[in-house]
Amino acid sequence: MKLLTHNMLTSHVKGVIKGYPLLIKATEVKVNEVEFNPQFVSRMIPKLEWSALVQAAEELGQRQDLPSDLVPDYETNEEFLKKVHRVLLEVEVVEGCLQCPESGREFPISRGIPNMLLNEDEV
Amino acid sequence: MDASVDSNVKAVRRSKEEKKVLRKQLKASHTLLKHEGINTTSQPTKSLVVANGGLGNGVSREHLSAALKQMGELETLVMPPHKPYAFVTYRLEESAQKAHTLLNGQKMKCGEDSVTLYLSFVNSVTCEEETSVPLPEGLVLVKDFVSQEEEALLLAAIDWSSLYDDATAQKALKHRKVKHYGYEFRYDNNNVDKDKPLPAGLPEECLPFLERCLRNGYIDIMPDQLTVNQYESGQGIPPHVDTHSAFEDTILSLSLGSQTVMEFRHPDGHLVAVVLPERSLLVMKGESRFLWTHGITPRKFDMVPASDPQCPSTTSDPIGHSNLTLSKRGTRTSFTFRKIRHEPCHCAFPSVCDSQGASSAPSPSHPSTPSLPCCHADAARLEEEYVHRVYDAIASHFSSTRHSPWPRVCHFLSSLPPGSVLADVGCGNGKYLGVNPHVVAVGCDRSSALIDICAERGFQVFVSDALSVPLRTASCDACISIAVIHHFSTQERRLAAVRELVRLLKPGGRALIYVWAFEQEYNKQKSKYLKESNKEHPGNYSLTVNTSEDRRETHGKSCPHDSERGKEEHTPEDDVSHSSKVTDGKLSVHTNRTAFNTQDLLVPWHLKDGKKGGGREELGEGGKKNKKNESLRKPSDNCGTSQRSTNETSPVSGSGCNLGIITSDDTQSTDLSFNGDSTQTSSSSLESEPKSSSVPVFHRYYHVFQQGELERLCGQLAGVKVQSSYHDQGNWCVILEKD
Repeated sequence: MKLLTHNMLTSHVKGVIKGYPLLIKATEVKVNEVEFNPQFVSRMIPKLEWSALVQAAEELGQRQDLPSDLVPDYETNEEFLKKVHRVLLEVEVVEGCLQCPESGREFPISRGIPNMLLNEDEV
Repeated sequence: MDASVDSNVKAVRRSKEEKKVLRKQLKASHTLLKHEGINTTSQPTKSLVVANGGLGNGVSREHLSAALKQMGELETLVMPPHKPYAFVTYRLEESAQKAHTLLNGQKMKCGEDSVTLYLSFVNSVTCEEETSVPLPEGLVLVKDFVSQEEEALLLAAIDWSSLYDDATAQKALKHRKVKHYGYEFRYDNNNVDKDKPLPAGLPEECLPFLERCLRNGYIDIMPDQLTVNQYESGQGIPPHVDTHSAFEDTILSLSLGSQTVMEFRHPDGHLVAVVLPERSLLVMKGESRFLWTHGITPRKFDMVPASDPQCPSTTSDPIGHSNLTLSKRGTRTSFTFRKIRHEPCHCAFPSVCDSQGASSAPSPSHPSTPSLPCCHADAARLEEEYVHRVYDAIASHFSSTRHSPWPRVCHFLSSLPPGSVLADVGCGNGKYLGVNPHVVAVGCDRSSALIDICAERGFQVFVSDALSVPLRTASCDACISIAVIHHFSTQERRLAAVRELVRLLKPGGRALIYVWAFEQEYNKQKSKYLKESNKEHPGNYSLTVNTSEDRRETHGKSCPHDSERGKEEHTPEDDVSHSSKVTDGKLSVHTNRTAFNTQDLLVPWHLKDGKKGGGREELGEGGKKNKKNESLRKPSDNCGTSQRSTNETSPVSGSGCNLGIITSDDTQSTDLSFNGDSTQTSSSSLESEPKSSSVPVFHRYYHVFQQGELERLCGQLAGVKVQSSYHDQGNWCVILEKD
């Protein structure tokens, strides 16, 4: 699971109001090199919940010097785009779990795949 | 090449490109021949295998024989049933050589279709023994029971001119016209109102016939009920047992106007196909009347023994007849005479007898068939067993049949602006996740086995249910739901699935939804799914088809401008209640590659066992992409490529598609053996196939949509409008736009 995907995921447990962002408890993280495409990254930025991305990178110990606020000139700031590229597309959670911030419900991540299935009583 | 060889055979001048295609096609043929266990030889012999010249490809014995005879005198012509090839043995080796030289690679016209023949020498022709199959016990077929004059008289006695006629309870059913005399047979309860005889008794024209039946001992009491069915070519009747409590033992059925093939099936799965010639009388008694189901598969051609007075009148499936040909159906009118029963039935078959406690319409072969759910919990259980577990069990085989994306889905995906966020809800093996590399695609599916396949291909995916997708509200620019919503078993749940898609969309975002259509024939075009039924049968395939290809994905030229034409030619369902009816609440099991009889049904999936071609017969719904093809062509080229190759190289209405990309490796990759997952599957969704226990059969629940139903469903949701809708190869499709 890349952090780009994590940025879109939310808890959907019945009754939960504040299910976002999901906390990440990782036991295995890998960083894969992915070809850098500044245009693609800059197009992604407006689609993101920035603070959730920063928090996720922090939880994985992968934040490095990613700023807590989005820089205004990001489209032309290649240095910044590279940092975003790295956390968004290169960092991957292989094993661990995602946790609903409100209910505490954990969703396992195995071989990079989050299992978000709910039990009958949680829907 | 000599163009005057035969009027049926046209010489085609080949460009370099075409030669290349030819070489590949030959290679594919050879690979498949190997799979069929046919050894070809480069040394000339008297015998040849004629690839594509088979009954399974829609080639009739008459057509093929005419073309082959041009080359010399034939000794034998063996056309195995359902197979895409035939064997010819010439009297002289030089005739065989001539055929090999002149016919190889030639197109042969066969009705509306044409096939490209490929001939290779074989050392021996295995000629299967003609097996005479006994008729079901109690069944008697009397040929030429009525004269042509009598036939004309009887046909003239039935007046179809008024559309609805109360006196004879005339009805236009979905798949045939029907009239009742004496008593009305009601299709809502599969019974008759014994206290309400119809004003019109049996036509007096029938009396001489009935008296003869009495005299000959076929019946011992005069029937008092007559049902007249008229079947146009291509129409049929689902398998059924005439309700025990409604009628006495013996049932007479007279076939007039045209011959057909009636299929009798024992509850143990044993199938006997009986040719009913024009003017023949069928007497069903005892076991054949009470225990066996009988039905007529809707199709326009039947595979029948070649006209030989000595030939047996039955053909058994799949036992081979080498002396078969195709017979075109005409309009057949059947007269079914029955005697109303006034006492409960005491037959020897209580398991299928409604008088003895069995449900009134026994389902063909599935004692454990589930019913349509009536509450939420039932629905969830049904889907768990008949959707989720099945996909997990068949995942790898399913995935191997889901190669190329459907062109119009591709078109939607390609139209998304770069940087769009796309969610594929019910993504299967991830077939659509890589189509547009400029969008951010995430996929989810209920089946973790399918999601594993996506992850191996490097896609961003997670396991989730389509009714509760764990993605932020309004986070997606586009969503697709391809062949997913038809797996929900209540209207409420189907609506909830659409609502969930809409929730994910940003304002202005669009969702594309595909569901399987009840109408597999639309604008007089049959879907690929149906078309295959004429050409092939379970476990068989055209030699030039990539065995692992989903045939319905090969769109080609057959469905241009559906959306425009659809509006003009909209015809409302003539009998909605009939078609959506589920007899006694049990779900019926669909016969692969036939028209749908009901909207809620179980569709068999034949898991491939590695040797036979099982599994290919149901390649219908939503395709999912195979990475193998991605490596062979760029995703953006997918649509164009498959379309082009369909049009150019197809020997039989598009089924020879994608030859350009087949390699022998590809073909072998379909040889997946039954994987271990299935052992966890409950016995009710997994049943061994009646005749060949080596091929496990799974049943998936579907609700197939009628025309307009998907639009109406989406119309119930606020905040979204249907931007466009269309029919695409047996699917109903909508594009929604969120306000």
